[in-house]
Amino acid sequence: MPTSPEASEQKLEHVFSRFKGERKELIPILQTVQEMFGYLPEEALKEVARFTSVSESQVYSTATFYAQFHFKRRGKHNIKVCCGTACHVRGAAPLLAAFERELGIECGATTDDFEFNLERVACVGSCALAPVVMVDDSVFGLMETKRVSECLVPKGVDNE
Amino acid sequence: MSAKQFSARIDTPSKLTETKEICQAAFARQKSRFLVCAGTGCVAMGSLQVLAEFKRLIAERGLDVDIELLFEGHEAKTAVSFSGCHGFCERGPLVRFEPLGIFYTKVKKTDVAEILEAALDNGTVVERLLYQDQDGNRCLTEHDVPFYKGQQRIALERCGATNPEEIREYFAQGGYQALAKVLSAYAPEQVIEAVDNSGLRGRGGAGFPTAKKWAFCRAASGEPKYMICNCDEGDPGAFMDRSVLEADPHAVLEGMAIAAYAIGATKGYLYVRAEYPLAIARLQKAMEQAQQWGVLGENIMGSGFSFNPEIFHGAGAFVCGEETALIASIEGWRGFPRIRPPFPAIKGLFGKPTVINNVETLANLPHILLHGEAQFAAVGTERSKGTKVFALTGKLRNTGLVEVPMGITIREVIFDIGGGTSEGTKFKAVQIGGPSGGCLPEELLDLKVDFDSLRSAGSMMGSGGMVILDETSCMVDIARYFLEFTSHESCGQCTPCRDGVYQMLQILTDITCGKGRPEDLALLEEMGRTILAGSICGLGKTAPNPVLSTLRYFRHEYEAHILEQSCPSLSCKELIAYWIDPDKCKACGQCRKACPAEAIIGEKKVAHVIEQSKCNKCGICLETCPDKFSAVSKITGRQKDALLVGA
Ligand SMILES: Cc1cc2nc3c(=O)[nH]c(=O)nc-3n(C[C@H](O)[C@H](O)[C@H](O)COP(=O)(O)O)c2cc1C
Ligand code: SF4
Ligand code: SF4
Ligand code: FES
Ligand code: FES
Repeated sequence: MPTSPEASEQKLEHVFSRFKGERKELIPILQTVQEMFGYLPEEALKEVARFTSVSESQVYSTATFYAQFHFKRRGKHNIKVCCGTACHVRGAAPLLAAFERELGIECGATTDDFEFNLERVACVGSCALAPVVMVDDSVFGLMETKRVSECLVPKGVDNE
Repeated sequence: MSAKQFSARIDTPSKLTETKEICQAAFARQKSRFLVCAGTGCVAMGSLQVLAEFKRLIAERGLDVDIELLFEGHEAKTAVSFSGCHGFCERGPLVRFEPLGIFYTKVKKTDVAEILEAALDNGTVVERLLYQDQDGNRCLTEHDVPFYKGQQRIALERCGATNPEEIREYFAQGGYQALAKVLSAYAPEQVIEAVDNSGLRGRGGAGFPTAKKWAFCRAASGEPKYMICNCDEGDPGAFMDRSVLEADPHAVLEGMAIAAYAIGATKGYLYVRAEYPLAIARLQKAMEQAQQWGVLGENIMGSGFSFNPEIFHGAGAFVCGEETALIASIEGWRGFPRIRPPFPAIKGLFGKPTVINNVETLANLPHILLHGEAQFAAVGTERSKGTKVFALTGKLRNTGLVEVPMGITIREVIFDIGGGTSEGTKFKAVQIGGPSGGCLPEELLDLKVDFDSLRSAGSMMGSGGMVILDETSCMVDIARYFLEFTSHESCGQCTPCRDGVYQMLQILTDITCGKGRPEDLALLEEMGRTILAGSICGLGKTAPNPVLSTLRYFRHEYEAHILEQSCPSLSCKELIAYWIDPDKCKACGQCRKACPAEAIIGEKKVAHVIEQSKCNKCGICLETCPDKFSAVSKITGRQKDALLVGA
């Protein structure tokens, strides 16, 4: 989110007030910062390094190891197409292709209007309903390519 | 009408028994109840709307009774509550009407009024919502459903039968009794001995004897000791840990506290995957309740023993399921596994003795200690005791979570419980154990499911993923799929794992594209052996298994790809073509209109033809061609060459 430097600083101070600044807090701190900003802005990483007394390169090295962390501005909603084994054998690949077509972006990218990210994950733990798509925290089971647009309305399935 | 919450601080074991009796009496005042499944699977199918409708209609009938009033002696004709996963998510949303146990499947919001009327006014059952078995019989309760008949539930005992957000229900069902028993009557060594006698082996993959690991840690010096529950569940096709955490979080916490007492730990972590938001929420709530009631935290039930676990949110790295990587991750580093020994039991988190156990392992503990180790040891085989939960998925009729006694045959699991393959397709193989496991063919269906038999057949118990593959699944593609996964998840420290797995993946990709060479098969085997020998952690050490096992049992499929440019399962895109049979095509034009690539040429009364150079093999034409014509098919190998000459 393009916020003013002062606002960002305030947000970071708010995050830091919940921690002591120890090394072992690095991942929870990064998670909280990402929750605030939607991604990990470079400036914020520098501040995290200062706060935890861990070198910037170490902070960056740790953050880039984990798939959860992002370093570029992200879309408002996160679409995860499950490509775990159960979903793979029940047609995850054509489903992912259908999302790419519908959103006009490749897997891993964000739409120009910053509404959606599209990514693949390995299993969201609903394998009995394969193939599965997760939009933010909602799970869509037994997905079909023709139901793709349904997931782009950011709300749960209405069971009627 | 609001009532005072019934709550107390349990400061002695006898207070726990008293609480249990109060809770049992209170819940018995509920003459009936509707239990709506609110596990991730059923929620995805709309169960929250069903739950809301039950609440609304019960309130409308004036039957809504605040649960707290039950504790004050009031009665309730009926009630509605929710449970975690029953394991049969595919048929969700599920609703159970207790105490009769009537088991409704695929319930919609619009069905709720009818269910209520049947149950409360007419004393009947809504037949059409009951599960129908293969012979067309309606099944009244879970016990009648073939999917549940062959199961034996220990770890999943309460899953689907209890409200996971209500600790008082857990008390009513005997919750925290095992912990009370252990804290008041057992020395830590006696707990280890009891677990040793039970024969419990770790359910997280390797099958290491639980008591042995505990004994090492107990004997190791260093303070504080740590007890970690591994809830990272990374196997892409397994979800038993998620289900247990969502459906019965207190069982995991109780198991963890028992383990902590045995090893002498006062601190602990639950390392949960980021993809499991509901599991995290349920755990959080369960921990708060347990602490408030005094069955977790400081001076548990007045015993003087304290245990304070915290939740750590995983950040999305499969390798962090490996115990040393998990430790590095909690310490705030990259999740790099390290060479063992020293084992975590001696030198673990922050350099202190640490035990890491899997969710399912821990969920078995309250049962073992409450009902006696002999009862547990009576189930299973000589060297694999108890039960194992499997996630049955893929191309079969009944997908879901099943808990079966060790030693059951694969055939019984897939055919008796799983109902066999779906829609008349033919069984080809079962992949057991995820990325570290292997594919077993039909000839091995009578193999017993236990740690050692599976390993000797070239597979692994792993976490318990069981993916059923039918004739439409290409075995080379499955092997390639798993290698793509492990190659992506390799942490990169060991050259054989980082580069070797990647090279194997390239070779497999070539084979699936028809660019394989005959000598590739021997090369894959040799590389596989090198990687097994030269990697420091279980990821690298088992990564070649999917390839080696398919080469062992399905070599002919590899050979068909290489020698005949043929994918017998008609699955590898590069080796197949879509083709319209001119004798069957009635020129209806539907495929032509549907094709997104405008690759189909034809006009009225003229058989249509696919322009192969334009076709992107999306398969839409095959789906669109009316069943009565079935003119479009997939072709491969020699047939493809013969039919497409000049095309
Ligand atoms: C790459 C890799 C991933 C693993 N993932 C998990 C996992 O997700 N959950 C788990 O319980 N164990 C996992 N394990 C096994 C753990 O290292 C460890 O053996 C296990 O948690 C011990 O618990 P147990 O003795 O109760 O089985 C994994 C191992 C490897 C090598
Ligand atoms: S075997 Fe692979 S994942 Fe394991 S430590 Fe080595 S490189 Fe990392
Ligand atoms: S497979 Fe797809 S692209 Fe090819 S002809 Fe059929 S519809 Fe067109
Ligand atoms: S494989 Fe897709 S949810 Fe498990
Ligand atoms: S979530 Fe309801 S049965 Fe699995």
